[in-house]
Amino acid sequence: MFDFLEGYDLLGAFWVTVKLAVFSGIGSLVLGTILAAMRVSPVPLMRGFATVYVNVVRNIPLTVIIVFASLGLADVFGITLGAADDFDALSFRLAILGLTAYTAAFVCEAIRSGINTVPVGQAEAARAIGLNFTQVLSLIVLPQAFRSVIGPLTNVLIALTKNTTVAAAIGVAEAALLMKEMIENESQLILISAIFAFGFVVLTLPTGLILGWLGKRVAVKR
Amino acid sequence: MTSVLYDAPGPGAKRRNIVYSVLFLVVLALGVWWIYSAMSDKGQLEWAKWSPFTESQAWTTYLLPGLVNTLKAAGLALVIALPLGVLFGIARLSDHRWVRAPAGVVVEFFRAIPVLILMVFANQLYAEYTDISTDTRPLYAVVTGLVLYNASVLAEVVRAGILSLPKGQTEAAKAIGLRKGQTMRAILLPQSVTAMLPALVSQLVVIVKDTALGGALLSFTELLSARKTLAANYGNVIPSFIVVAVIFILLNLLLTTFASWLEKRLRRAKRSTGAVLTGATMDDLGATGTPAGLGPMSKTDRATGDTGGGGG
Repeated sequence: MFDFLEGYDLLGAFWVTVKLAVFSGIGSLVLGTILAAMRVSPVPLMRGFATVYVNVVRNIPLTVIIVFASLGLADVFGITLGAADDFDALSFRLAILGLTAYTAAFVCEAIRSGINTVPVGQAEAARAIGLNFTQVLSLIVLPQAFRSVIGPLTNVLIALTKNTTVAAAIGVAEAALLMKEMIENESQLILISAIFAFGFVVLTLPTGLILGWLGKRVAVKR
Repeated sequence: MTSVLYDAPGPGAKRRNIVYSVLFLVVLALGVWWIYSAMSDKGQLEWAKWSPFTESQAWTTYLLPGLVNTLKAAGLALVIALPLGVLFGIARLSDHRWVRAPAGVVVEFFRAIPVLILMVFANQLYAEYTDISTDTRPLYAVVTGLVLYNASVLAEVVRAGILSLPKGQTEAAKAIGLRKGQTMRAILLPQSVTAMLPALVSQLVVIVKDTALGGALLSFTELLSARKTLAANYGNVIPSFIVVAVIFILLNLLLTTFASWLEKRLRRAKRSTGAVLTGATMDDLGATGTPAGLGPMSKTDRATGDTGGGGG
């Protein structure tokens, strides 16, 4: 029944999916935190920039962003991200770039909502003992904010995992692309689809459960 | 401008803020300059690449038909997914385990799977088992994928909406002798519909964005693939991307603004029951997934966030 799987690198494709999710997860966490810090900073220009970034990026389809990374950034502007001759590596890196730029906007909003849950008194007390903005943010507010937004961040991460399928649009050899290839070549539509559906359930379900448990454990009880 | 994080600036802080502003402006200007010079290097700023957008032909031949298809798929998906979502949302709240459990499984399953996978599956399904013509098949596939995913997201929206109503509503309905079905139809649903409206409009943004998947992978002729043929004709890759992105941004900003206007209005009008599901509560990460409780969390947000989220 599963003979037709022989010629396909199923695990390899899902491994690419995982790598896409992990690298762009880390990237968007970093970029999203920076954006969130800018969004609450006392400098109006930075606030404005971060607000515009979030609102613009959130309203463009991820597909447009990733296709642009390939056709616009790579083909027209010649941005090769250090992978000039290797087409596979190039599209893999471009996909991570696109996923990171897109997901960072959502991470930023999640963290900002976490900052809003920190009681005013905390920051007031921190200021009263003479901490400046950077110290208040990095020592007092962000640590508490992160702990309260593990739930929303988990959802962002799960959505990111599913969004990695969009990388198929620029030919990254991940799960969705392999599925498309397999169902076109084999006459096992339902079985193949079930395998890939199962694969994504396996990837997303434990993430949700583990991080949900962690979020409850570390949440600041108020 | 006051914030939790910093005081009203004194003279020193004002000076420092100006320094930071100037530094940031310099960095920003350098970035803009870099983009500008890269674009003019590659000849993307030439008038010939932009002039098509000032003529009606580029719009009537490429962009408008693409936009119409995008809106058609999004509209169809919403119209079909909404009743399905209501059905499954109510089923998940049923008193009977044999109704509740399967509905829960179906909803959680379709939320855990990428929309693209659903679309690719539907496309092949129609190709093998139906005689839908190859011209219309991509539309069917895109709408099917969107419906399967968004119906399950909307089911959660409906469930959160109904759960957000005060318990007294059900109790009062019981007290005047309404049956379960009557309570749902006459008391709970009408109220939760108003609570859900903003979240519904925000979900439309997600649906609009997801139509682009069909353009990239299923040869559905929406806005993104219209851009492709347009750029092939005029040789203006970057300008065409910018124009298409701007159309998407304007369209979605319009929906987002409408949703938050609606939310504000409903919140004002319904102070007694108080429950309004914000767009932020149900906000979605675009191509897939529903991060709950993004945006500023009010009490209602946090209360409904759990049920609304987990978007897979």
